Amino acid sequence: MNWQPGTVLELIEQTARTKSIVFDVPGWSRHRAGQHVDVRLTAEDGYQAQRSYSIASAPEDRHIELTVERIDDGEVSPFLADELLPGDEIELRGPIGGYFAWEEAPGTPVFLVGGGSGIVPLRAMLRHHRATASTVPLRLLYSARSLDDVIYRDELTADAAGDVRLTLTRRQPAGWTGYGRRVDRELAADVCWPAAERPLVYVCGPTGFVEAVAGALVSLGHDAARIRTERFGPTGGETP
Amino acid sequence: MTDSQALDGNAIAGTLLEVFGGEMTTAIGTCGHCGARGPVAEVVVYTRAPGVVVRCRECEGLLMVITQVHGVFCVDALGLVELQAPA
Repeated sequence: MNWQPGTVLELIEQTARTKSIVFDVPGWSRHRAGQHVDVRLTAEDGYQAQRSYSIASAPEDRHIELTVERIDDGEVSPFLADELLPGDEIELRGPIGGYFAWEEAPGTPVFLVGGGSGIVPLRAMLRHHRATASTVPLRLLYSARSLDDVIYRDELTADAAGDVRLTLTRRQPAGWTGYGRRVDRELAADVCWPAAERPLVYVCGPTGFVEAVAGALVSLGHDAARIRTERFGPTGGETP
Repeated sequence: MTDSQALDGNAIAGTLLEVFGGEMTTAIGTCGHCGARGPVAEVVVYTRAPGVVVRCRECEGLLMVITQVHGVFCVDALGLVELQAPA
């Protein structure tokens, strides 16, 4: 698999810490929802830095979209989030990965659980589900600190979003009717299908979040082999 | 609970693709320390060390160390007794 140039088409401010970057990548091979792309930056002196990002767009979307969280002492994310401009070209390689990927197929319900920027690959799955007019029951539970920290907020709170549940762990707006606490065993039991229905589960977020949610689901009787996990590194902020 | 700095095998899908020439996150690995078997995506990965350090999620035993110097990979898979590539 070779590195290929991607041209920045658009930059979209998602939250105070996150930005979406839309790329045109000629000759891109179709990805599966949940897969990654590697990004490589080369400095003038030849020094190279490489990072892996989840693809935020659905396979059906026309362009490749990444969503980058700015990590203040990071080497790559401040450049991507703050310096990149439309028309710039950077090197991409992908699609990569196969474990944390979902393809529309008839079968059991699909439960997606995201914490913080862990929403990114799940958003690709949600869009894929909608683009294929899938009849597979799919539900997303997204944990963020506050409404201002919700990435893709307009899209996820729209009527057309599908079965999306939010939990705001630190601050809830007045009149908030969603959940207001961390995803624990009780909340998981409340939102997920019963273990007997054998839902396929995808959990993505910071390491601590993923382990807490996967642990809660296993304690509720879910088969660990049907829980796919992806752990993001420290996000620079507090745990969602 | 593992260290909050730890990632998992999904994070090194690109590196593994370069080293093994194919998609490896769905490959099934067997730990030589405790015998645990599971998908490569579930291993514990540290990328902040010089190189990539891969440990078993069950026993934390060292499975693999991958370093790259001047574009050449050095792979020490000392703790893996078996690695079954995806079909």
